[in-house]
Amino acid sequence: MKKLEVFDPAMCCSTGVCGVDVDPVLAQFAADLQWVEAQGVAVSRHNLGQEPQAFAANPAVVKEMEAGIDRLPILVVDGQIATTGLYPSRAQLAQKLGLALDGTAMPAKSGGCCGPKGCC
Amino acid sequence: MFAEPTRHLFFTGKGGVGKTSLACATGLALADAGRRVLIVSTDPASNLDEVLGAELAGTPTAIPGAANLFALNIDPEAAARDYRERMVAPYRGILPAAAIQSIEEQFSGACTVEIAAFDEFSKLLGEPAATAEFDHVIFDTAPTGHTLRLLTLPSAWSGFIDSSTGGASCLGPLAGLEKQKALYAATVERLADAAATTVILVARPDAAALREAERTRGELAALGIGNLQLVVNGVFAAAAGDGAAGDATADAIATAFAQRAQEALRAMPAGLTQLPRQIVPFLPRGTVGLAALRQVAAPERAEHPATASTVSTPLPPGLPALIDEIAAAGHGVIMTMGKGGVGKTTVAAAIAVALATRGRAVHLSTTDPAAHVAAAVGDELPGLSVGRIDPHKEVAEYTAEVLAKASASLDAAGRALLEEDLRSPCTEEIAVFRAFAREVDRGRDGFVVLDTAPTGHTLLLLDAAEAYHREVLRTRGEMPEAVTQLLPRLRDADYTRVLVVTLAEATPVHEAERLQRDLARAGIAPFAWVIEQSLLASGTRDPLLALRGECEIPFIRRVADELAPRCALVPWLPVAPSGIDGLRQLDC
Repeated sequence: MKKLEVFDPAMCCSTGVCGVDVDPVLAQFAADLQWVEAQGVAVSRHNLGQEPQAFAANPAVVKEMEAGIDRLPILVVDGQIATTGLYPSRAQLAQKLGLALDGTAMPAKSGGCCGPKGCC
Repeated sequence: MFAEPTRHLFFTGKGGVGKTSLACATGLALADAGRRVLIVSTDPASNLDEVLGAELAGTPTAIPGAANLFALNIDPEAAARDYRERMVAPYRGILPAAAIQSIEEQFSGACTVEIAAFDEFSKLLGEPAATAEFDHVIFDTAPTGHTLRLLTLPSAWSGFIDSSTGGASCLGPLAGLEKQKALYAATVERLADAAATTVILVARPDAAALREAERTRGELAALGIGNLQLVVNGVFAAAAGDGAAGDATADAIATAFAQRAQEALRAMPAGLTQLPRQIVPFLPRGTVGLAALRQVAAPERAEHPATASTVSTPLPPGLPALIDEIAAAGHGVIMTMGKGGVGKTTVAAAIAVALATRGRAVHLSTTDPAAHVAAAVGDELPGLSVGRIDPHKEVAEYTAEVLAKASASLDAAGRALLEEDLRSPCTEEIAVFRAFAREVDRGRDGFVVLDTAPTGHTLLLLDAAEAYHREVLRTRGEMPEAVTQLLPRLRDADYTRVLVVTLAEATPVHEAERLQRDLARAGIAPFAWVIEQSLLASGTRDPLLALRGECEIPFIRRVADELAPRCALVPWLPVAPSGIDGLRQLDC
């Protein structure tokens, strides 16, 4: 069984509505993780503000954070760092995890190609 | 005061209505009758120490002069700091400094303080062993409807804590409290248990305080908390001839004072009239110290003077000079701040009317949940517009805006998650904050007068402003200009003029001092202080009211001589300061 771990920056909710401005990328990413889980991948998600122990327990993640806090979010697939500093789209997740896109419920634009604020 | 009181008693009400005094008077009466009583305050601005005349701590302290009476003070801000440190300390030196800092930021918000207070309070209420040695536990505050909703929100607990990918908002920083879940459930259950708990709604005999009590009643009832009682505190009856028309001995001020209270009681919201009710009479000397507290429980024993006091003091000037100075600035924001019930709304509305009368364009706006600014101004006046930050409306607009912006890039599941998060109580805080920033922004072109909510909420708002300010600095996303400019504008003495409004009484002055210190920490210096509703300046010859007037002197001196950079004083007015003509009484 494939394993995906997500290390989020400190934020108070996973969709970002608590921030100054909402971030649709975060809401979509949360939904995409549910899809990934439905494909049989074990997903775990850690928020720096709530589960610092998960970060501290992973030397590779700590090393990335030492290089810059903006390396978060970090996605780890089967123990290997897969992406840093961005929330990948569903297509990118599928590719990293070797999943086939089933073509259902794909959003028109996933927007996650360039960082948490989708600023491209 | 209460026949066969339940083990737990909660006193709740608008700031300044006398919650702490009544909680202490009730506790003292029970202790004097031989019961072992613990009084607890979880109010960050508590003056329990002052009222009981004892230095208190976080554990029960025996009160000198009252056998069987104990009290403790919980500072929710300190509790929040302790909680933050417990969460962060194990990772210092393990995680990078920037990571530690970003974790700390998550524990700096208003929600953390509110929940930390509830956490402390749950230990007393939810764990019977903690208070087993007491017959009664009396709280001078009650958790707000917001806190109770937050903790009873099934989706909050199951959504965030049970699943790793879903997300309900506010509880995020508190996920570490998961083990407390059973304790919180027990606490909420005990609050709703009529055999164990009574919630006492405290109000003054004025319309705003009674409206607030009614709002709380509705909120608590919706949460299944139904064992409620009403106490109306400080009801004055005119001494000479009961102020009857044609009675030559009646004092005009005393007559109006008594009438105003009777009118408010007559117009009491229907929901409140159904509750068991007690009236506590007006006590001119206040309720600080055990002797005064014993009089609250037995007012018939209070000794009242037969003749009016003639002691006086030089009084600060009225509002017109302050208003002239403000008008000369041409534009900007005027914020009236202070504890609830001190007359912030009246001062804000009077300044708005006076500026409009001087030919300036003025927008008057309120964040007070009880929003009665519009009622205070009533009619139209050229140049004056009146608005209100309505939380329900702001939330609806913010939610619609967010969904409209996000839905283009979201599928159905993503949209559902976002909608769930938008139902969280945080959303209201953010929506109101944005509205507040928007109102402050209007001060660029004209005058904006803001009647802010009571102290605690106001400070949370400013605290949130600070947190958002920091957030803004590191956000790459686009931010409304009004939001990024908010804190710098509040700090700019040429842009924002803060008026601290108070009454010449112990608690309001101490609260206002605390407010001024808190503002200083946020880098904001008040422009002036306004002392409202002075009976000393009213000219009353009623012995009871004149005695209250004499009791104002040390507080007037403290404000005018030591605390205020500029000071104005408004007398208690026999004609209610509402409507444009009523408000103009403050400008002459």
